[in-house]
Amino acid sequence: MRIFQALTLASTLALAALIQPVSAQENRGPLRIEITEGVIEPLPFAVASFVAENAAAAEFASQISQVVAADLTGTGLFREIPADAFVTQITNFASPVEYANWKAIKAQALISGSVSAGVNGALTVKFRVFDVYAEAQLGDGLQLGGSARSWRRIAHKVADVVYSRITGEGGYFDSRVVYVAETGPKDDRRKRLAVMDYDGANVQYLTDSSAIVLAPRFSPKGDRILYTSYETGFPQIMALDVGSVQRRALPVPAETMTFAPRFSPDGQTVVFSLSRGGNTDIYKMALNGGTPQRLTSTTAIETAPSYSPDGSQIVFESDRSGGQQLYIMPAGGGEARRISFGQGRYGTPVWSPRGDLIAFTKQSKGRFHIGVMRTDGSEERLLTASFLDEGPSWSPNGRVIMFTRETQGASGAPSLYTVDITGRNLRRLRTEGAASDPAWSPLLK
Amino acid sequence: MKHLFKIFLLVSALGVSACTNPGRFDNGGAAGADTLNGAVSDPASPAYFQQVVGDRILFLVNQSTVNESARAVLVTQARWMLQNPEYTAIIEGHADERGTREYNLALGARRANSVQEFLISQGISASRLRTVTFGKERPVEICSAESCYNQNRRAVTVLAAGGLS
Repeated sequence: MRIFQALTLASTLALAALIQPVSAQENRGPLRIEITEGVIEPLPFAVASFVAENAAAAEFASQISQVVAADLTGTGLFREIPADAFVTQITNFASPVEYANWKAIKAQALISGSVSAGVNGALTVKFRVFDVYAEAQLGDGLQLGGSARSWRRIAHKVADVVYSRITGEGGYFDSRVVYVAETGPKDDRRKRLAVMDYDGANVQYLTDSSAIVLAPRFSPKGDRILYTSYETGFPQIMALDVGSVQRRALPVPAETMTFAPRFSPDGQTVVFSLSRGGNTDIYKMALNGGTPQRLTSTTAIETAPSYSPDGSQIVFESDRSGGQQLYIMPAGGGEARRISFGQGRYGTPVWSPRGDLIAFTKQSKGRFHIGVMRTDGSEERLLTASFLDEGPSWSPNGRVIMFTRETQGASGAPSLYTVDITGRNLRRLRTEGAASDPAWSPLLK
Repeated sequence: MKHLFKIFLLVSALGVSACTNPGRFDNGGAAGADTLNGAVSDPASPAYFQQVVGDRILFLVNQSTVNESARAVLVTQARWMLQNPEYTAIIEGHADERGTREYNLALGARRANSVQEFLISQGISASRLRTVTFGKERPVEICSAESCYNQNRRAVTVLAAGGLS
């Protein structure tokens, strides 16, 4: 019932258990993917096309099934068995599952569902997950409600539940990504802020391209975005309300430039870089204003700060040793300890939402990498390599990293990629045009 | 002087509006070229400053040190600004694409500041100068080779008419 309780926090998408659990104990069964470092064989699953309970639900039933399957396949942990291989179709959501038919096509997991459309355009989606070989339902059947417009979110929530039940980890499909959409040639790039679903759907532009915009970051609730804008002709941090698309500049001292902002875990404080007289240090200030408090004071470059999830520490990069390296200091400032010691330069550290890892950009021997290390700097692992990879951002569950990859040459352009923290499943995200600086939202409520 | 007169007319017609965005006489800086630069043959024109004096200096990888040949350019820039006190300048610091975005912003700020400090040491009032970093956002050359990178690791002195405050 843990999942049920978590999801009923939903305000726009109401979720309810279809049936009361027969036992208080959650049925995990033998169907389980342990996400580990080893090579894994994707788990074969089948999504029976969701049953349309009425004519108006038909198009949604088919689309929701497809999005659920795409979410699961996209993780690299699951492999979809195509519908044309099915021995049987499910035409009645309430009928008992004939496990033999799904064993015959070697489906280990089966997802079935139904969709009905109400007169007011509201959708009701019911679904169940089955462990085919154990011949048992995996967890309770659940019911989701939402407007027809939110059908993709409903599908993502279904997939999040399936993912959670099989991996034991939190999902990340019902989430959004803010990024910089780019157009124009390399020496006259136009940039604007955009936000989209994690899978690239439902793009919405948040600014026009009249001023350079850089490196947006979501608030912990996903309702605000910090970014750097050249609206005044100088880089300055802006705070944007996602709902109203209203923005305001963070008040900072005259004759300074500010950039690289991030929220504290409670959403009340902004940590950022402030450049004055050629020297860049890390500061923090209340989101609502007040005097910036200086956290580093060296003549070196200190930038790209990121809070630990408990808010007690800040990881950042500094070239105080001569080249870019990663350091951790207390959130109130004070002595910093260096955590990166490998060959090359380390930048853009980001603390994992689980707290256990720090993702970073590494430059070494003319190549750029996205990597992760433990918070004490041990177990460094490079996940990617290319001409230019940079700017990692964590999925809400800390399992996947999204980043910018830019191609080489005069016609080079950036696009968004994801990679699993084990280094598997490198994928390019489809966007309308060139895109950079992705930042993942928390899981939506 | 006829050209210069026209320039100022145009600039005032534009209102010299934004305090932080004065009318710029730009050539390869971040704001793109415009047509208010006057004639290269006029030593008091922004065009002369850009093309004869030289409006930019270049830097080594990850460095913000002003080397000897760059110093010679900046000495001439300072002399020109002393002779043409009606101009202010925004010094843009830029980086090549071989770095992370945030670090390059900080590096561009360092480079612009190196130029500003040098010009001040040559007698230019600090109130006539302001710095801005563009990091790797505004390359002038777009190939992915050192021949382009070294042109992009630059600080450009962009003249402006009117105050900076």
